[in-house]
Amino acid sequence: MPKKRVAIVGTGQTYHKSHRPDVNGQELINEAVKRALQDADLTIKDIDAVVIGNMDHFEGINYVDCWSVDGSGGIMKPVIKLTTGGTTGSTLAIGGYQLVASGFFEKVLIIGWEKNSESDTTGAITTAFDPVWDRLVFAGAISGLAAEAQAYMAKYGATEKDAARVSVRDRKHACNNPHAQLRREITIEDVLASPMLADPIHLLDVCPRTDGACAVIMANEDCAGKITAVPDWIWATANRHKYTYLGDVNWGELDSLAGASREIYAKAGIREPKKEIDVIELYQPYSFAGIIWIEDLGIAERGKGAEYIWSGATDMGGELPINPSGGVIACNPIGATGLIRCAEAALQVMGKAEARQVPDVNFAISTGFGGCMWSDMLLHGKRKPDF
Amino acid sequence: MDRAAVIGVGITKIEANKVKETFADMVWEAVNKALEDAKMTIDDIDNVVTTSNDFWDGRTISCMAVGDASGARHKNVSCVEGDGTFGAFYGLSRVLSGSYGTTLVTAHSKGSESVSSLITNAAFDPIYDRSLGMDMISACAMQARAYMHRTGTTPEQMAMVSVKNHGNAMLNPLSQLPMNITVEDVLGSEMISDPLHKLDCSPVSDGCCAVIIANEKRASQYGSLPVWIKGVSFCSDSYFLGDRELSKAKSLTQAAKKAFSMAQISDPLSEIDVAEVYDAFTYQELMWLEAMGLCQDGKAGINLEKGYYGIKGKLPVNPSGGLLSGHPVIAGGLIRIAEIVKQLRGEAGAYQIAGAKKGVAHGVNGLCGQSHCVWILDQEK
Amino acid sequence: MTAKENLVIESKGSGQPFNYAVGMYGSKFFKELRENRKLLGTKCPKCGKVYVPPRRVCGECFVEMTEFVEVGPKGIIGTFTILRYAFIDPETGEQKPVPYGYGFIRFDGADTLFQHYISIEDESKIKIGARVEPVFSEERKGNVKDILCFKIIE
Ligand SMILES: [Zn+2]
Repeated sequence: MPKKRVAIVGTGQTYHKSHRPDVNGQELINEAVKRALQDADLTIKDIDAVVIGNMDHFEGINYVDCWSVDGSGGIMKPVIKLTTGGTTGSTLAIGGYQLVASGFFEKVLIIGWEKNSESDTTGAITTAFDPVWDRLVFAGAISGLAAEAQAYMAKYGATEKDAARVSVRDRKHACNNPHAQLRREITIEDVLASPMLADPIHLLDVCPRTDGACAVIMANEDCAGKITAVPDWIWATANRHKYTYLGDVNWGELDSLAGASREIYAKAGIREPKKEIDVIELYQPYSFAGIIWIEDLGIAERGKGAEYIWSGATDMGGELPINPSGGVIACNPIGATGLIRCAEAALQVMGKAEARQVPDVNFAISTGFGGCMWSDMLLHGKRKPDF
Repeated sequence: MDRAAVIGVGITKIEANKVKETFADMVWEAVNKALEDAKMTIDDIDNVVTTSNDFWDGRTISCMAVGDASGARHKNVSCVEGDGTFGAFYGLSRVLSGSYGTTLVTAHSKGSESVSSLITNAAFDPIYDRSLGMDMISACAMQARAYMHRTGTTPEQMAMVSVKNHGNAMLNPLSQLPMNITVEDVLGSEMISDPLHKLDCSPVSDGCCAVIIANEKRASQYGSLPVWIKGVSFCSDSYFLGDRELSKAKSLTQAAKKAFSMAQISDPLSEIDVAEVYDAFTYQELMWLEAMGLCQDGKAGINLEKGYYGIKGKLPVNPSGGLLSGHPVIAGGLIRIAEIVKQLRGEAGAYQIAGAKKGVAHGVNGLCGQSHCVWILDQEK
Repeated sequence: MTAKENLVIESKGSGQPFNYAVGMYGSKFFKELRENRKLLGTKCPKCGKVYVPPRRVCGECFVEMTEFVEVGPKGIIGTFTILRYAFIDPETGEQKPVPYGYGFIRFDGADTLFQHYISIEDESKIKIGARVEPVFSEERKGNVKDILCFKIIE
């Protein structure tokens, strides 16, 4: 049992766009912070600590936690930075949970942000990889993901059309989310006709690049219920980040997500995730992941991911909607992306997801993806955890 | 705060250029030293927090380089970007939350691989400050000037910090710059950025530190001597140098007050036996001591002249030689924690403070001490 | 408040040069590659897995590896893509020439994959499982570019 149980009591997001030249980084952060405080009906004075993160080389600012205090509200407060690449946002959420659960702080403000328009995203991601061994041929996230898709297709026979179905789903869902960047429906034909970026990945299979910020407020059990009528309780967190070089990866399966999800299910006593989980906000940066990774989550059997997607089960109104927000394919301010998944899962549990609300959500999952095929995961629940 | 302890520490030798070693090599060495010190194996480690900085490492997601070397495979793991004291704070939180019984915390950097002034220049605001060519040394020179102006601290007093710490380093085999020098040597060394001479500044260094933190139950399970964590706090000031009272470390004062109060220490000066503070520059040791309430404001220079801060003084400060004798950024603060642990266990060898029971370790994040983290450690539970 | 124009400050040319340490394991690999066109991996004394590139620690077992074993030079394609989109190469600051074949090669005798270019003269032959061999550079300097690319062998 944690020292203190922890719940999300407020969330705030910017209206994410491809380019926000009207604000600098601090101002972008502040937009999300103000909205989160407003959502929880708190002021910055109520916040005991700030957890912030992004990926340094996208904006080229060192010590971002220090630089951003005017926007984050961290002046004369404890401020800490966590950063783990693409998983940064979910890592931040786990960090906020830990800081509150430890008893150190009652209310913590968690901020993920990125202004991807300020640099060449692929170039910056490439510098994440080993300078001696990996950088020669690596070409940012898409090249690694293409390697995964090729390996999966060779093993299980999934097609580009199967993947396109996932893009179509997420882009349709995004139309219900005013915060999403790409809010226009697309068809399978659109996806397959879009330029081939790295075989088998087409332009419309992948996420865009985005400027945006997300803020989440977590509070302990002593005050969560006073702040909001329906807090989103964090039931469990888990992650797996393993890597030395890119060639070590077991391409075609996401071992890290399988490992993290099994740990979460065990902690929370979940035996049949497909039946017990009501909605998933999956950090799914490209369409093929929508097929492959639900197998790692134990939602579909190995090799049956595509079949499950075609059945409509993961669409709005289906048995287990995935990415009601439109997900990462519709919006990807990288350092915020994992935290947006967490915030969106919280909105579902709290019943505040408006046009994208899934009915009667008792359990939601949010995930983070990044680094080198790394995974983070949080389990959210309407009921206060009984452990 | 529930009880928790540091039960193992490992520090690599601090060197100007570990050209043969990758980040992973350094981490592997420090982690194995810490495990051995704690009498544990990697299987006894429940989770891992690595601490690194993407700019210093020349790599986005710098933590990727050290996952296997820190034994993080198949474990929950996270990465703090900032000083090692902040990494250790997060590691401690993950124990106190009840999620894990033990946390392995690492912090590393290799100043030798980059151009330090370019790395610290990137900490300045890209719109307003960066193009002025500011870096950590020039900014700290301005802070030194402001501190000297306000308190009357003299260049000679600052030089004495360098003499003391480099002298202490003669007793520390892990130190990079053990030196027997005089005040004249410091004042005669090259003027880097007025009023900071070369010997007022810490060197560029490579090094790594690992620390193992355990909850109360696990702390006594493996046979090493636990050092108990009684208080920890951190706090950030404003960012822009012009927004701060640069000659004072307001955020350090607040963090220290909180940490001492958690530790139920009402008179730090009489209760603390040893301090390891973040002396990136000579004046900072004096300024931080005052801000932490370990010295009356403006009097640290005079106390230093009286010999208060020597190994045999009233309050030994940086008996290990401090950062002036070796400054691997990021690892710097975690090494301060590890050094206090060694002192409180009576394992500091030639620079052991006789009878040390309670100690303070201190880390800094950002420019000119924007953000500070203060740890109060105790021999007793 | 709205500004008439939103200004942008460019930071062109403000790169940060680095001297990345290759380490003793990598240095040995590159020396063998440069001088003898041989490829080395390290073998874990506990699980027996052979790692390329060679490194000190087996992450699975958390043990130090000291045994070097020769692998390849032939191998198979573990997975691949053909990179078709343009991006700025952070190593050069210039646009990377595309398209190129991006392969993960499993050397004979190795358990992990090694990333490199695959020659794309005939795209139809590039398949998972296809056999490949390295094309060595005539002027070898002790880095990954000492291999120009891998080419499909029948
Ligand atoms: Zn092994």
